[in-house]
Amino acid sequence: MDLGLSEEQEMLKASARDFLQKECPKRLVRQLDEGDEGYSSELWQKIAKQGWMGLVFPEKYGGNGGSFLDLIVLLEEMGYNILPGPFFSTVVLGGLTILATGSEEQKTEFLPKIASGETILSLALTEPTASYEAVSVKTEAIARNGKYVINGIKLFVLNANVADYILCVARTKKTKNPEDGITIFLVDAKSQGVKCNLLRTLARDKQCEVIFNNVTVPKKNIIGKTDAGWPIMKDVLEKATVAKCAEMVGGAQAALDMAVNYAKERVQFGQPIGSFQAIQHHCANMVTDVSGSRFITYKAAWKVSEGLPATADVAIAKTWTGEAYGRVTLLAHQIFGAIGFTMDHDIHLYYRQAKAGEIIFGDADFQRAIVARELGL
Amino acid sequence: MDFRFSEREEAFQCEVEDFINKELPADWVEKSIYWPGGYGTLVQFEESSPQVQQFMRRLAEKGWLTISWPKEYGGAGLSHIEQAIFHERMSYHRAPGAGIATGIGGPTIMRVGSEQMKKEWLPRIAKGEIGFWLAYSEPNAGSDLASMQTRAIEDGDDLIINGQKIWGTAAHVSHYAWMAVRTDPMAPPHKGISLVIVDNTLPGITIRPLINICGFHSFNEVFFDNVRVPKKNIVGEMNKGWYYLMVALDFERLVIPIGGFRRTFEEIVRYAREIKHNGQALSQQPLIRNKLVNIAIQIDIAYMFYWHTAWMLDKGLVPNIEASVLKLVTTELSQKLANTGMQIMGHYGQMESTSKWSCLQGRVCLGYLDCISALVGAGTSEIQRNIIAMRGLGLPRN
Repeated sequence: MDLGLSEEQEMLKASARDFLQKECPKRLVRQLDEGDEGYSSELWQKIAKQGWMGLVFPEKYGGNGGSFLDLIVLLEEMGYNILPGPFFSTVVLGGLTILATGSEEQKTEFLPKIASGETILSLALTEPTASYEAVSVKTEAIARNGKYVINGIKLFVLNANVADYILCVARTKKTKNPEDGITIFLVDAKSQGVKCNLLRTLARDKQCEVIFNNVTVPKKNIIGKTDAGWPIMKDVLEKATVAKCAEMVGGAQAALDMAVNYAKERVQFGQPIGSFQAIQHHCANMVTDVSGSRFITYKAAWKVSEGLPATADVAIAKTWTGEAYGRVTLLAHQIFGAIGFTMDHDIHLYYRQAKAGEIIFGDADFQRAIVARELGL
Repeated sequence: MDFRFSEREEAFQCEVEDFINKELPADWVEKSIYWPGGYGTLVQFEESSPQVQQFMRRLAEKGWLTISWPKEYGGAGLSHIEQAIFHERMSYHRAPGAGIATGIGGPTIMRVGSEQMKKEWLPRIAKGEIGFWLAYSEPNAGSDLASMQTRAIEDGDDLIINGQKIWGTAAHVSHYAWMAVRTDPMAPPHKGISLVIVDNTLPGITIRPLINICGFHSFNEVFFDNVRVPKKNIVGEMNKGWYYLMVALDFERLVIPIGGFRRTFEEIVRYAREIKHNGQALSQQPLIRNKLVNIAIQIDIAYMFYWHTAWMLDKGLVPNIEASVLKLVTTELSQKLANTGMQIMGHYGQMESTSKWSCLQGRVCLGYLDCISALVGAGTSEIQRNIIAMRGLGLPRN
């Protein structure tokens, strides 16, 4: 058993912490949150130069040949600092999907461009039913003249507003088994009939409504096999879920660090408030939540990274980490008191992130149902 | 990172499992009433049947009573991960195992005792011939242990002890007290305490039973009236007892009945799958599924704290936060598990083991009582949180 990070991973963690602190201060976070694009192309290019976009791609596709676990380490730091922008959707939702199931031609075309920061991707899976189950994929793609025509509404689509390509999950066949007959299309975001409306959300993450109105896509843009897209999506969702957990662990750690530092400095009744047991116990509860979340997240991520069955572990990590991040940020708010309730303070940024993270890819109740199945209940 | 056991670790796990299956009475795990995390029903009070004695002898022969000891003192010379594997398997089978003498007394003597003391005590402890009870708490020194007042005054080659100890678990079935006494009343509280080994049969010692809420005689109040103890029984140096006592906490970190949580949970799950309500298994009801899943997740997390603590110790790191968190989460889990079991079993959960209507040997019923002790004994949850905050996070003292 070895529960530690490798030397390279420790270095990656430290350099990511430094880089983001310097290049993505909270001032920029707020600015990007309030803007419509949600990312800075200047920072995006700097990130590409760090080699982060291609971290897990093989070298022949312009990547660094890292493992999924390396990416998890990086995502934890992104969550710690908060990095607005399309990294998650481009690399985790888009890049990993193409890497896992794309054709050689697709990999050669897209992966180097993702790695260099040239191409931004987005994944359009969820619809107005707001569900992550196959049965909810109603958007239709119909074969016509050697091409496919897509019609439907996708909702809560991250970063579609700045995406060059959108991976659209559509139904190509109607059968009794809802998991059969789903196909994933790589849609040029500039295609005629694609309309993207930016939604204003709690965490100011750039979620969109994407309307596909008779959008034509060539057959060669299918990822994987026709009608066999759902197993791919399940794999993507598993990776994305644990990746989101890593971000949340980082964010929870940041909230804890901020609160503990404040508790050491803030003086009331002639003493630092951190000397009061009421505050100390809040902090102890927070660190318990943060450490527990980190342990189960890394266990799940390690299993995914090793290609081992991880369904239960990922669902456990998401259930716990999603709720724990919420608890931790609430306690942090309690410690900051009134100053934490101001726009100027940073803690609300994490409080917002926590709720968005808890919801995306299935909330705790959704995940608990998976755990129950996996337990054989 | 690698969450798998190494080949050596896996082989050791199999060895432990085989040993338990061979040596522990077949019906033991079903009969045992032990509740994970509780202190009130620890196995040594259940029964001292010849079978259990035999099991303890076999453990001693194998060197596993002293599994955490280094090889030079007759221990197994294992890594902390391997010790953790051992305790996990043992607790999964609710097997009786190490006590105060092997877990705290022996290791402390090894570190700070004189050569003479090592020769006198270690072999007998390793063979399981003698048992210690922990004489720390006093009526007015609980969480504030350093305020203890039981005095020991030097008189020639002896110490004369006067005072009272309380919550002496198993004092009535042990041979010696592993005792903290005040030897310098003028020094600051932490600097005037010494550790001494006191024979239970000495004149002036009175042991009175305290019956816990489970109905068991687990702990005692013990009175010391001019008890004369040879000075050679002082452990290490005079007035350094508090320091030794804190160091001894390191030895206990992995003695967590982690496997017991999994075992009891599995039994509750089995119950929920077997019992039908309106034709539907309890395990099919969404609310019950949710409750069970919440426990399953927290057991998973507790396991991670457990392995992580062992791994840190092997790495030579000090698991400051982790060790207290491990105690905190497992004991609080003890209560949650009992509460969840009760909620799922409803009326049947209240049936004691003697009733023909009882389920799971009345274990949940008793556990519902015993779990109270988990959050109080060996440093309350509040004390653990203080430690996490002050030692772990560096928050200031009040």
